[in-house]
Formats: sequence, structure tokens, C-alpha cells
Amino acid sequence: MSTATPPKTTGPLARREARLAWGLLLPTILSVSLVVVLPLLSIFWISFKPIGLADLRPPAPVVRESLRGRPEAPGDPADLQYRLRNSSQDKPILGVTLTDTIPEGLVLGELDPRCSLDDATLTCDFGDLEGGQREEVEIPATVEAAYFENGIDADESEPVMTGSSDNILINGQFTLDNFVRIFDSDEFFTVLWATVFYTVFGTVGALVVGLFAAMLLNKSFKGQGFLRGLYLFPYVAPVIAVAFTWVTLFDPFSGSANALLVQMGIIDQPINFFGQRPLALIMVTVFEVWRYFPLSFLFILARMQSIDTDMYEAADMDGASPFQQFWFLSLPQLLGILSVLFLLRFIWTFNKFDDIFLLTGGSAGTRTLTVSVYEQAFAVGNIGAGAAVAVVIFCVLLVFSIFFLKYVSREEGL
Amino acid sequence: MKFLRYGYITGPVIGALWMIVAGFTIAVAMSFATGQAFRPNLLLSLVWGALLWPATMRAAGIAGPALAALLLVGATLIGVGPLIVGAGTSTVTAVICGLLLAAGTIWPVRLMLQDMPPGALTRHIFEHAVIRFLTGTGYVIFTAIVAIPFYVMVMTSLKNQQQLVQNPLDFSIDLSRGLDLFSSYVELFAQFNFGSYLWTSTYVSVLTVLITLLFSVPGAYAVARLRFSGRTAFSRSILLIYMVPMIVLALPIYIAFSMLGLRNTIFGIIVIYPVTTIPVALYMLQGYFRGLPAEVEEAGLMDGLTRLRVIWKITLPLSLPALASVSLYVFMIAWNEFLLAFMLLDDPSKFTLTRGVAMLNSSEIPRQHLMAGAVIATVPIMVLFLGLEKFMTRGLTAGAVKG
Repeated sequence: MSTATPPKTTGPLARREARLAWGLLLPTILSVSLVVVLPLLSIFWISFKPIGLADLRPPAPVVRESLRGRPEAPGDPADLQYRLRNSSQDKPILGVTLTDTIPEGLVLGELDPRCSLDDATLTCDFGDLEGGQREEVEIPATVEAAYFENGIDADESEPVMTGSSDNILINGQFTLDNFVRIFDSDEFFTVLWATVFYTVFGTVGALVVGLFAAMLLNKSFKGQGFLRGLYLFPYVAPVIAVAFTWVTLFDPFSGSANALLVQMGIIDQPINFFGQRPLALIMVTVFEVWRYFPLSFLFILARMQSIDTDMYEAADMDGASPFQQFWFLSLPQLLGILSVLFLLRFIWTFNKFDDIFLLTGGSAGTRTLTVSVYEQAFAVGNIGAGAAVAVVIFCVLLVFSIFFLKYVSREEGL
Repeated sequence: MKFLRYGYITGPVIGALWMIVAGFTIAVAMSFATGQAFRPNLLLSLVWGALLWPATMRAAGIAGPALAALLLVGATLIGVGPLIVGAGTSTVTAVICGLLLAAGTIWPVRLMLQDMPPGALTRHIFEHAVIRFLTGTGYVIFTAIVAIPFYVMVMTSLKNQQQLVQNPLDFSIDLSRGLDLFSSYVELFAQFNFGSYLWTSTYVSVLTVLITLLFSVPGAYAVARLRFSGRTAFSRSILLIYMVPMIVLALPIYIAFSMLGLRNTIFGIIVIYPVTTIPVALYMLQGYFRGLPAEVEEAGLMDGLTRLRVIWKITLPLSLPALASVSLYVFMIAWNEFLLAFMLLDDPSKFTLTRGVAMLNSSEIPRQHLMAGAVIATVPIMVLFLGLEKFMTRGLTAGAVKG
């Protein structure tokens, strides 16, 4: 009698299942790789390129065509004129040619040596156009009766231009300037410090405040649902609305917070909350805590409500005081969710851009790495340097993610 | 800590501290409501607060609290209460202030210190009293820090320039202005095209939700149910992609869109938004699908349904609540999205709501317009959130630690 052994190879059924799975996943994989993986690769590419905002528009030949001499009757002479220029002031365009259709009834005289006429198609070859170079072609012509009968002007047919310019995005020119530039500046360490401060205190603050909020609401009373909804407001509201509200509230001239503090006699002079050096960084961190404590509160509350109450009753019987119960019973139970939250929030606080950008725009010592990407790429106009900062961010994140997957995936059973 | 554990120490200390909390709260609330000056006095607060303990003891009966309330109102009127009422404040306002103070301290302190003997306390009773004090303080502080910004947002939008400059604290509403109160909103809709932004944001968000679901439901099902090599790697890479910051991607996307001519088009926005939400949705949904009993689906397969029919006829109807949560969450992300809209849209006729509000942040446009814009952006998502809070909180906890 033979013993049954499990199949060692994948059977047709398993293969069909895998095929179906890949089929279901295909749209996601395609779209995500198109918008996530491709840009990630390109950001590495761009970070080694000397490229500015202005380079995004490649140089192109620009042409203007006109028929000069105002021919009015058949037999009048006229001049067909093409004026070309390079749209870029400093980059050459290679192999520029012009192709245009000559309307019926316009008889061209002696052609420019660079041009040739084939039937009604005029082709001119200009070779290379240096940056800022201008060219002009004038062809004497005679106008016949057919030209007036057709009513088609010579400049009605758009001349077609060809020419390849050296596109900085895809050529083989590389440089390390971008990285030198960002690492070399003194500012880099200020930026790094702001990032570390913002990330660490923003994360820890949101966790601690969230823990307090969760403890407050971890009992059933009338209005608990209402309060829970209210405490989620900061997170649910659009960041742009709450950020501008904070800016309005803490405005040094017309802000209510300053008016209130002055009136209560706590300060003498209005404080520029988002414009002073150490204070601005503290304020954006406080904003981060304010905006994201609802999230940690929600998660912690969910975990708290799943803790068995029997344990607390037993502890009560044994004479444990409320603080002891929290310290020795609740906290160890919450440690798992707290560490997961810490890691995730840490990464996302590190990634945060909108909040600081809207509150201070990165001034007064609040420029974090993410704000610096925008600053370099769009304010300074050096896309390469912005990409270099983005690469730095990505590398830091990669380290975090490896750490995260090692610890959290065990917690979440992924 | 042991020396604190006597009723005659704990009682006055908690009373005094609570008086400070209540004093500050009422001072802030009254200032914001009337625009007049209210200033808590620390020393007087401590003294008055300490006196609350004997007044609220059980032995004092009804007379204790009543007398305390009377004294508090009187003291506030003549300026020796815990709250100093600024000159120029009417007597009625001062009386209201005193009454609020009495109500906000006597009753809570009585609750906090109930069952507390005047002598030595057990650790249990002491800590319970402290916890009740901390809980009360927590409710007040949390509610204040959450509510004040939203209150300021709404009230500022109802003012006019002159009122704002005159007294930035005065948030009282001048009802005699009638419909003129909403002039900022009227101007935003009439001159700044906010109606069209509202519509753009709505359909962009709805389309984002639909496209996201279309892509992520099959994907999540495959990851949750089907066996194929590379499944673990795939579900891990979802998490990793979930962690790539948008600002890193925004730069190449900006360049690519500039070259393809997709910048400044709604189409470009609709192409890019779902991709940012698909990983989140996939992650949330696969967690839910895993929790569904596989037996039901197997029964369907045995009865001759194909996998796709199983998804359509069994899995999807069973996971309607999860779909609702995910849809709401994705809608919220799309509605609140700012960075991409800010970078990719320059043409004021194509703005989404967040981009439109960002446009209002200039020194030439008055503050109340900016706040009115903020209110317009906030109200729809809040209404949706309050109406479907159950789904929302579930959606948020399902996989959304993303900010």
C-alpha cells in the first residue's frame, strides 16, 4: 500500500489561482509603479543633474514667416521671408530644418543656398543654431493671378520646424554639485536639527497627549460620543483650514491669543509666535501635537476598551490603588500599540510637509528636510538640489522602514 | 507624598488648584464672548479655592454651597474675587461672571471631594480624589484647545475688517447686521469663484474614491485570500510605499506633468490622487477581507461560482461596512489634499477648494475672507464626519496612522 504524499510541484489549480491573483493585482502594480517607483528612480537620476526650473522647457526654434513687398496685382514682385531664432539664450539646437508649403501662384525666384524646392514644398536646412542665434532667409518671388484667386496667404501655412536640442534631463551629464551644495552649507545642520526636534517631540507629544485623552474617554458617560467626535476635529479638518486658523489666532498684530495674554497680564508685549527663532519651532511642534493627538488617542482608546475588566477588579480586591493599576496593569497592555504608533508616527512626522509650509513657510528656523526640498526646487529654482534633499530623505526613511518592518510586522502579524 | 494624604490638606489643595483652572477657563471664555477684560488673580484664586473645601463638605449641607456662591458673586463684583473684572464691564456681565465662577467651582469640587473624610486618608480615597481632579481638568483643557481654534475660525469669518482691528478679542456677534454677517461668504462665492471650487473638490474626491475602490478591492482580495508566491513581499511593499513621503514624489511628478502637459488640468489631478490612496485602501481592505470567514466563499465556489463572481456576490456585500469606512477615509484624504493641488494647479478656474483657500492667503485679501474660506473647506467634511462617525472612526483605526 502506498502512502499519500503531498504534491511537491505546483498543480494546475494552484497555478490558476496565482494567475488570477496576479491578474487582480496587475492594475494596482502598474499604476503604483508608474507613480511611485518611476518617480523614485527619477529622483535619484535628477539629483545627479545640474538642472534648474528653467531647464524644464527645452529650447526650440521659433520661426516667423511673412510675405514682404505688398503684391497687389499679378506680376508684382515680393519677398518671402523666414526669421528664426533659438528660444533659449544659451543652449544650442542641433539639425534645425524648416519645411513649408508654398501656396499656388507664388513663383519663387533664386533660392537661398540652404533651401531646396520640391513641387510646392520648400525645405531649408540651417544646421545648428547656437544659443540666442538668429537666422533669416529671404527668397524673391513673383506673384501670379492664381495666388489672388485662391486667396491663400503665404503665411497661412505654418512652417514645420525640426531640430533636436540637448535635453539636460536625458543626456549623460552628471554632477555631484547638488549633494556638495546641500551638505556643505551651514544651513544643513540647522535643517537637520529642526527635523529631529520636530519629529521626536511631535511624535512623543502626540502620543502622550493622546494617551491622556484616551484615559479621559475610557469610561462610559453621557456625552462620551460627542466628546470623542469633538476631539477628532483637529485631525479631520483640512490642514489648510486649521493651519491658517492658527496663524490668525497667533498673529502678532491682530491675533486673539496675544490680545488675551496681554489682557491677562501674562505678557507685556505681543509675541511673534511663528516668527521668532526658538519659539517658531516649538509652535509648529505644538501644532503637530495638536493636530495628530486624535489619531493616537483613537488607537489607544480602541486598545484600552479591549482590555479585560476582570483584571482591574482583581487588582481592586488586592488593594491596588488607581495609579498602581494604571502603571502595572494598563501600561504594559498598551505597550504594544504605543510602540507601533510611535514608529509609524515617527516616520510620518518626519515626512510631514504641509503643516510647516503653511504655518511658517520654513522661516525662523523651522525648515525641515521636507520643506527644504520645496525651498530648493521651487523657491531657489534648483531642481537638482531639491532632488538631492529628497534622496537624503528617502535614504533616512529606508533605514526607518527596515527597522519598522523588523519590529512592527511581528506585532501586527504581517 | 504621604503628608498630603489628610483630608484637611488634600481638600483645600484640590479646591485651590481647581479654582485656578476654572478661573482661567471662565476668564478666557468671557473674554472671547464679550471682548472685555477678565483677569484671573492667582493668589486670590488659591485663597478662595481653599475655602471651597469646608463649604462643600457634607456637614455644610445646602447652606455651605449657597453661602459660598453668594460670597463669590459678591467678591467678583467688588473686585476681590478670584477673577478681576476689568473696568468698563457692566454690572450684569460681572454678575454673570461671578455666577459662572460659582457654578464652575462649587459643584465640581463637591463631586471631586465627595466621601473624603477630613482626617487621614487611605491611598485609595486620596488617589480617587486626585484622579477626579485630573479628569475634570483634562476635560476642560482638551475641550478648550480643540474648540478654541474652530470657534475663532467661525467667528472671525463673520466679522468685518474694522471690528477685527479694533478688538481682536471681541468675538461677540452683532446680530443687528443681519444677513450682512455673511458678507465674506457672499463675496467668496460671488467674486472668488468658490462655488466652482466646491464643485471641483466634490467631484475630484468622489472620482478618487471610485477609482481607488476599483483598483484596491481586487488587489486587497488577492493579497488576503489567494495563494501566490511573493504574497508576503507584496503586502510588505504596500506598507513601504505607504511610507514614501509625497514631497519626494511630487518633484518628479511635477516635472513629468509639465512635460506631458498634464499640469494645470483636473485630469492630471484625478490621475494622481487615486495612486496616493490606493496603497492605504488596499492595506485597510485586506485586513478586513482576512477577517471574513473563508468558508462562505468556499461554499460559493463549491456551488459553481467563479472567483470573480464570489467576490461580487459574497465578499463585497459582506464587506459593505469596511467599504464605507475606506470610502470615507479616502474621501477625506482627497478633500483635504493640499500639496499636489498647490504644485500642479496654477489656473484659478481649475482650483480645488484647498488650492482656492491657499490663494486667499495674501496680504491684500482680508483675514475674514481667509477664515470664511477655511470654514467652507471644513464644513462639508465635518458634516460627513459627524453623520457617519461610526464608519469614520472605524476607518481611521483600520489602517490609517497616516497623516
